[in-house]
Amino acid sequence: MTGKSSITLPAILVSSLWLGTVSAGEAVEGTAKADKLKSCVEPTEVMRRDHFEFIKHQRDLAVHQGIRGSKHSLAGCVDCHARKDAEGKPVPVNAEGQFCDSCHDYAAVHIDCFSCHSTVPGEK
Amino acid sequence: MSKSNDSGRRDFLKKAVVASSVTVAPGVILHTLQAQAEPRTTPVTDKVRWGMLIDTSKCAEGCKDCVEACNKENGLDLVDKPEGASEELWERQRPHWIRQVKLKDNMTGMLTNLVMMCQHCEHPPCVDVCPTGASFKRVDGIVMVDRHICIGCRYCMMACPYKARSFIHADVAAKLTHTPRGKGCVESCNFCVHRLDNGQTTTACQDACKHQAIVFGDLKDPESPVSKALKKYPSVQIRADLKLNTGVRYTNI
Repeated sequence: MTGKSSITLPAILVSSLWLGTVSAGEAVEGTAKADKLKSCVEPTEVMRRDHFEFIKHQRDLAVHQGIRGSKHSLAGCVDCHARKDAEGKPVPVNAEGQFCDSCHDYAAVHIDCFSCHSTVPGEK
Repeated sequence: MSKSNDSGRRDFLKKAVVASSVTVAPGVILHTLQAQAEPRTTPVTDKVRWGMLIDTSKCAEGCKDCVEACNKENGLDLVDKPEGASEELWERQRPHWIRQVKLKDNMTGMLTNLVMMCQHCEHPPCVDVCPTGASFKRVDGIVMVDRHICIGCRYCMMACPYKARSFIHADVAAKLTHTPRGKGCVESCNFCVHRLDNGQTTTACQDACKHQAIVFGDLKDPESPVSKALKKYPSVQIRADLKLNTGVRYTNI
């Protein structure tokens, strides 16, 4: 039993390295698009209070009505707020200390967005 | 007085021209959207019903191009075998949006290959049975799962006569931006809805099929390739007896 688990653990580590996007290095400050902007799609105060309202409303429009070109979207959050590591690989926004995590961790909010949604910017 | 009247008339004409260009605009904008593949900004309408015609006589033995293209487009190839699951279990349970089916006529021995996916029924049984409203039909005829609402009960999988739906049994490490996916939800073919909503007019399977066995398009537009093909060739719905009015039709079976 112990022998089996000692094989599985390295296997998991190797597979997570293979995925690449999951195993980015240390994020470099100033590498996210948002780092270079003054404010988000709404004023910062509004975003801090209501970002979840915006994307919750938008998700229904996207899924049920096919409206994809809206100002608010989770893909937009990730695209703009994901930093890169020294090699230019994107660091997941929910990784420890990164944009989404730093605030949600402080506020003790546990959200499920990223159990389904991508945590790094999409391929263009 | 007459001068001001004149200018008033001129203004009116100007406005009329603007107004007419607006009424012309939807069609024009639609074309430019398709050319530049811009995302939708208006809700989908029931003036469109997406559908497909599959010519089984062109579907070649051993060819997997459409399945592989679908897997890549929708990130199904990124789903890993859950830890501890046997190879056999995984083969049975791994998500499929397109399934390859072989039919044999026992009398003559004739073999027919066809691809089976969500048939995008007009009256979808999966939507009837869904207790939460997660399984729904979009007004343009695409049957989808809203994963935000899906509780993973799998009634829809039981109800579907086409075995079109898959369940995601474990956490998914890598996912695509346009196809979110996570443990505990049901999913199936959605006619590459992210492509359609971003102004494209083809599906990945159709693009990948070098035998041109798949024709996709708007069933309500008599000029669309799929409508023309349906008009020209005899086609059938699979399990037509269920009167589901499927959006996917087949020829030569």
